[in-house]
Amino acid sequence: MTTRTRLSHLQQLEAESIYILREVAAQFERPALLFSGGKDSITLVHLALKAFRPGKFPFPLVHIDTGHNFPEALQFRDDLANRIGEKLIVRYVQDSIDQGKAVEEKGKFPSRNAIQTVTLLDTIEEFKFDACIGGARRDEEKARAKERVFSVRDEFGSWDPKLQRPELWNIYNGKIHVGENVRVFPISNWTELDVWEYIKAENIPLPSLYFSHRRQIVWRENVVFPVSEFVTLDSSDKVEEKTVRFRTVGDMTCTAAVESEANSLDDIIREIQTSRTTERGSRLDDKRSEAAMEERKRGGYF
Amino acid sequence: MDLLRFITAGSVDDGKSTLIGRLLYDSKSVFQDQLEAIERTGQVNGQINLALLTDGLKAEREQGITIDVAYKYFSTPKRKFIIADAPGHIQYTRNMVTGASNSELAIILIDARKGVIEQTYRHSYIASLLKIPHVVICVNKMDLVDFSKERFDEIVKDYKNFASDLEFKGLEFIPISALNGDNVVDTSPNMTWWKGKTLLGYLEDLEIEVDETKHEPRFPVQYVIRPQTEEHHDYRGYAGQVRSGVFKKGDDIVVLPSGLRSKIKSIHTYESEVEEAFAPMSVTILLEDEIDISRGDMIVTDKHQPTVSQDIEAELCWMDAKSLVPGNKYLLRQTTGSVKSAVKEISFRIDIQTHEKLESSQLALNEIGRIKIRTAKPIAFDSYSENRGTGSFVLVDEGTNNTVGAGMIVGAY
Repeated sequence: MTTRTRLSHLQQLEAESIYILREVAAQFERPALLFSGGKDSITLVHLALKAFRPGKFPFPLVHIDTGHNFPEALQFRDDLANRIGEKLIVRYVQDSIDQGKAVEEKGKFPSRNAIQTVTLLDTIEEFKFDACIGGARRDEEKARAKERVFSVRDEFGSWDPKLQRPELWNIYNGKIHVGENVRVFPISNWTELDVWEYIKAENIPLPSLYFSHRRQIVWRENVVFPVSEFVTLDSSDKVEEKTVRFRTVGDMTCTAAVESEANSLDDIIREIQTSRTTERGSRLDDKRSEAAMEERKRGGYF
Repeated sequence: MDLLRFITAGSVDDGKSTLIGRLLYDSKSVFQDQLEAIERTGQVNGQINLALLTDGLKAEREQGITIDVAYKYFSTPKRKFIIADAPGHIQYTRNMVTGASNSELAIILIDARKGVIEQTYRHSYIASLLKIPHVVICVNKMDLVDFSKERFDEIVKDYKNFASDLEFKGLEFIPISALNGDNVVDTSPNMTWWKGKTLLGYLEDLEIEVDETKHEPRFPVQYVIRPQTEEHHDYRGYAGQVRSGVFKKGDDIVVLPSGLRSKIKSIHTYESEVEEAFAPMSVTILLEDEIDISRGDMIVTDKHQPTVSQDIEAELCWMDAKSLVPGNKYLLRQTTGSVKSAVKEISFRIDIQTHEKLESSQLALNEIGRIKIRTAKPIAFDSYSENRGTGSFVLVDEGTNNTVGAGMIVGAY
């Protein structure tokens, strides 16, 4: 046997993620893949192609549209679903608001990020999803670092970090009671840099938002904030045009850009390798309190 | 570049969190916003409290306790690392077993002032039980014993003495001070007598054996891909991850437990057909013959087959508040299979401090013992010492659905 029989770290991570996706397909009746059009869920879709082709995906792609998404990301989402010929289900936060189930935040920095959970839980109930695959990674945030690959949620979607099942070897236990569901994170062990290196190695297309472009912005809490129809400006806000890109793509009301000239994958990888801040540093939703992410997860956030 | 997964063990007072913080900090794996967050939270003697980098949950910060295993990631130009950070003091056995199950290396911390203590015993025993190939003993807080070579040598001698009944493929010792960073990432100017590597140097250079590929070929079938389309009308692919060994196109294979035989027609990845697949690749295998195979079956090559039996003897770490007693029934999950099982006997319980075998009628939370278990149908397995992938299983309580036991197969009985 030769030394070639060792996989590189990206190949090892890929093999593990494909294994996890196939476990979901085998262990659950009605799984779904939560797809936002961001780089992590795009990576998940690519891994799913590797796990199930030439067969069809054993799950639909599901997007919870906050109504405040970047148009580039939505276009990309629709194009991708078309190109691979897989089913896409979209549910709208606006519908939850119109039905009186979710209440829009007030104040200067309103965000629909938190009320996204209401629509997600309704969607889970509507389709009786028993597993939702998500693109979260443990390196993103300290509460995520504690979460299992198979994360059991109660009927309210709630995560209890003290009541997690031990996860041993690569044996995943997806057994649940009716009404419960499991959030599955196949790229738990990937870092932001791994994702970018993988996107480059696999030549995976991404929305243009991730590459540098000119955009109107305002400065808020020391971060570069995109101007859009969903953001209320007042006299203290000074609108400027800057060359920016996004490190993470979420709701337009809580996703900040970074000033950057990086417009190729090589540039981006170099930028991340030398960056002194985390990806989540540009998410205002996490800066709200020390335990913002943990509390959202306890409330059913993905 | 490759990937090394390791676990850190040691009680809180041994400086485990500080060591992880130091590794991340000195290897420049901590981001500015993370540093600012811990600087806001607290400092110790004017220094940043690096231990805060590892305590993620609100309850942990509020109560100063650690709940469960956390995973940390860092990399150097030479290698990527995944740290399973298992808490030292609460439910140590269960958590350490969880973290150890996927690790290729364990770092065990010893406080230089205290030397080898009962915690060292426990952690070493679990590392040995879980067959972690490499163990590195970090003698920490060397600054508090005047960086004494004599003290270090004494601890090494004590440890070797006590661990003589344990089997590690590799055992190393490194004197460090996690607090000040001596011999963690940078060579210590305070211990010029130390000619060995720094901890990071050791972690970067450690040769990881390609164990999985040396083992016998094992392919648990995970999922059957049947597109049933025009283009792929007769396609029937067995998808899974190669657990050990190498499979080649043309190999004669046996499907267990049925014993049906065939030949590998082709091996596929998404991109292309490949000539061979080795652990831990996730691939799809097509066979020459149409035979009945489903999830939970194991494809092996003709030679060196695993044991197929319903009567299994195993070492078991019990993880549930409700004790294990003979007669109890559980769902046994091994590789991709799932089968009902009944515990027939508890042969003995192990005192993990003294390694003594004690007579026992039950296993309580965090206890480890030897059991005999009978499965409803035969399963294919190897002993855990030969193959971690096919020799391990978990028990699931069908009432609560919780994972309640971690088993390491000794053999059939």
